[in-house]
This record gives sequence, structure tokens and C-alpha cells, in this order.
Amino acid sequence: MKSLRDGFGQALLELGEKNPKVWVLDADVQESVRTLEFAKRWPERYVECGVAEQNMMGIAAGLAAAGKIPFVVTYAVFSPGRNWDQLRVSVCCSNLNVKVVGAHTGLMTGPDGMTHEALEDIAITRVLPNMLVEVPRDYERARVATLEIADIVGPSYLRLTRPETVEIEKLPNYGDEVAILGCGPLLEFCRQAAEELHREGIETVVVDNHRIKPLDKTMILKLARDCGAIVTVEDHQKMGGMGSAVAEFLAMHYPVPMEMIGMDDKFGESGKPEELLDKYGISVIKIKEAVKTITRRKNNLKGGEN
Amino acid sequence: MTNLDEKAKEIRRSIIKMLAEAGSGHTAGAMGMADVFTALYFGEVLEKNDKVILSNGHICPVWYATLAEAGYFPKEELMTLRKINSRLQGHPQYQWLPGVENTGGPLAQGLSQAVGRAIAGEKVYCLMSDAEFQEGQTWEAIMLAGNKDLPNLKIIIDRNNIQISGSTDKVMNLEPFVQKLQSFSWKVVEIDGHNFEQIIAALKTPGKLIIVAKTIPGKGVSFMEGKYEWHGKVPNKEEVERALAEL
Repeated sequence: MKSLRDGFGQALLELGEKNPKVWVLDADVQESVRTLEFAKRWPERYVECGVAEQNMMGIAAGLAAAGKIPFVVTYAVFSPGRNWDQLRVSVCCSNLNVKVVGAHTGLMTGPDGMTHEALEDIAITRVLPNMLVEVPRDYERARVATLEIADIVGPSYLRLTRPETVEIEKLPNYGDEVAILGCGPLLEFCRQAAEELHREGIETVVVDNHRIKPLDKTMILKLARDCGAIVTVEDHQKMGGMGSAVAEFLAMHYPVPMEMIGMDDKFGESGKPEELLDKYGISVIKIKEAVKTITRRKNNLKGGEN
Repeated sequence: MTNLDEKAKEIRRSIIKMLAEAGSGHTAGAMGMADVFTALYFGEVLEKNDKVILSNGHICPVWYATLAEAGYFPKEELMTLRKINSRLQGHPQYQWLPGVENTGGPLAQGLSQAVGRAIAGEKVYCLMSDAEFQEGQTWEAIMLAGNKDLPNLKIIIDRNNIQISGSTDKVMNLEPFVQKLQSFSWKVVEIDGHNFEQIIAALKTPGKLIIVAKTIPGKGVSFMEGKYEWHGKVPNKEEVERALAEL
């Protein structure tokens, strides 16, 4: 068990070594978001901005305009939450090469409660022109995604989570009755649901839809054609999130029955991550129910009923 | 200084003409800062690779007129301000026009970008307005830059004491303004923003510095001078003629 933020912190050290253009900006949470080691080793490329996230985003825009690759790192409710205006105007309007890293996202944030659980960050970043939005599923993929976005020119958002979660090496591919598209550590729930469904004779495929913008349209279109039914799973508001992005695309190109697992237009509260996810309907049981519901709808459509 | 006087007059004439042609925009602030822009671009201040950042982007007609006067792009293009397919956007857009180094308009955002550039080692002149000091982000940037060693950063504040709804001191008092800035570890000089000698001397002062330039909004046209009503409106045909006659 390792956390995504540790994977990110590890990648920063690799980037610090190999790319002198990489800078790190932080708003007084360096221990928690794993920028401390970078700060110690390359103090000349580290800017402690204090608890001032709006200015931090502007500083990053200035650094990027001067040819640097700044990583802006703090909790997602503050960045891109509190400083969304600066992300829009100072960074995205100018298409500057700023990397926004939002830590502590979703109900997985846990005991800190409602105010600190970023459940809207995907929605507010993917709606901005020029942005790339990436949601890695585990430590290793967070590490690799960090290295990748450093090489892609343009504004990017990387979504991290707080707790230690399992490494998810292989995703099940049992068949084409339903496609389960997940993102982030919840892919473990998707994996478990697919295994249990398989034992019940329902054959699904689980796919990691980590690149929410730009969407992998070829992959999504193929899944829609092959399976004819899609369940999306995310630790984020259903509105504006990953499932929403998939639905927007498919509605215009290849509509198929869909179910979305995610936060249903509510705020969270304090609790353990697993308790919160369960309370708000983001669970293996709910994914299985969604697969069964959507299978019935798909079959009804095929039979000309409904 | 005769040459500078003539340049400033020509820039003011351009501002009046382009705003009238556009049919909307911000007149008073642009006219008030014409002398500061003239000094910056024609007073042997700027060196190659120096960056100019305009934080209060709404006064961009003065920036555009100055850049055109300095040969960054053809003067005829000034008449495309705020029109479709123009490089002269209603608020400046990063790299859309030669010499425009930041996207600006929503107040306070230019200063943070200027500080970022200065941290990266660039020499930066950041022009901004007094009303931007009602935004929290401005003080965040002033605090950070005040704590850093940034000898290559100059901030020029247009202290014209007007904003959309009236005088700055009535909408939201900023005084004691200079003391507030000094308390954030800044060296501050106050100058007459219409006196070329004072402006150029301040701009050429070595080291990190805030220049508070006291200006008269609408400067150069008698019926606009000091009137906050001209913050966000443009002259009609008859007013253009009267204004140009005075310039």
C-alpha cells in the first residue's frame, strides 16, 4: 500500500535531477503534499508562497512565461478551487505551461470533512480550454503521470488522493456485456466488482479512463460499440466529472445506456474514507447493481421493449 | 523633453481616436497614464529583454497606442481595437500583439505574474492601478515580493484615485497607502505622474522599488480631467473633436 502523493513526490525528485526547468511552488503544506524533499535539494527552484494560493498561481504563470515548468502543489480545494480565476485568466487564457497538482481529493480525504473534500476539481479544470486533466489510479501511475505531464507543453491538472491505496496492476477483462470505466484508486472497487460479477456469470471489462481531457475517444467509442453499455465510477460529483465527460461524447457519437457511480449532488462529511464512500453510494455493491441495471436496460433495448 | 511631450500628445490623440472608433472602453485611466508610458518606452528606460506587464488591463489603449508609436506594429491597426478578428483585444492577451507580455484585465493578476517573472530572473516593470489594492491577491503578491530579494522588479502604481463608482477613497479608502506598502518591506517613492524628469528618474533607480505615480485621470482633455465618469465611457463624435482640438 502506497499513496498517490508519494508517487508524485518521488517523480518530483526524478524531475529535479534531470530537468533544471522544473520548479515547485507550495502553499505551506510541503510535508503533506510531498514537496519537502524537492525543497531541500533544490531550494533555488522552490517557492514557498505561504497560505496564498491565488498569488501562487500567478507566480507560476510568470515563471512559465519565463520558460520554466512550475508545479503548483497544494490541496485541491485551494488549487484549483480557491484560485480557479487565476488558473483561468493567468494560466489558461495564455496557454502557459503550468502544472497544477491537486492533493486530497474526493471522499477519500476522510476525517477533514466537507470543506476539504474536493469533489468538483475535475469539473472545474476540464471545462477550461487548453487544460489537460489526468487522474492516476495508484502510486506508480501517479509517478509516471507526473513525469509525463512535465514533458507535455501546456497547462495540466493532476489529481491526487490522500490515503495509501493498493497498486492495481491488472484490470479484469472477462467479456463485453458491460464496460466499467473508472478513474483513480476506485479502480480497485471496479476490479473487485468485475471479479464478483464474473463468478455470478456476468462478464465485464474494466478500463482505466485516467486521461479525462483530452478523452481517449477511440477507446471509448470502441467500448461503446463492443459492450453497448457503460458504467462510470469516480470519487467526484457526477455532474461535470469523468462520467459526465464520457456521456457528453457518447451522446453525440454513439449513445449507449449508461450508469454513473459518483457523488450525487451532495457535499461530504467527516469519517473514514471507506465509511464515506459506502455512505454516499460509491461501493463495490453499487457498481454491481449498476452493471445489472444497465444490462437489463441494454437487453430491453435489443428486444425492442422498454 | 519636448520630444516626449509631443510623443505623449500623439499617444493621447491615438487613445481618443481608437476608443471613439471602438465605441466602448476605458478613457480616463488610459489618458492619465500616457506620460508614464511615454517615459517608459521613449525615455531610454527599457533595455532589450526587459518585460512590461500591465496588471490593470482595461487601460490597454494607452499601451497599444504607445507600442504602435514605438513601432511594435502598424499604427493603422489601432483602429481595430475591440473589433472581431483584431489583435487588439478589449483587455490585453498574452503574445497576441508584439510587446504584450501578459493576459490582463481581471484586477490583481498582473502583479503576481510580474513577481513570478522576476523570480525567474527577468527584469520586469509592472504597471498597475491603485484600485487593485482592494484585491486580496495584490497584497499576497506584495507580501511575497517584499520578502524576496528581487532587484529586477519595479512596480508603478497609477494613483489616480478613481474607480468605476467614484473616488477610490470613497468606495474603499486605501490610505495611508504609502505607509501600508512600506510596512510590507518595500521602498516606495511618490512622484508626479505627469513630470517626465521625475518618472524617468524613478524608473531608472536601481533596485526593487514601488513608484506611486500621482496622475490626473483624463489628463490632457479639460472636460475629462479628474472626472470618474470617464473611467468606463468613450467620447462621442462632438467630444472627440473638442478633445482633439485641445491636444
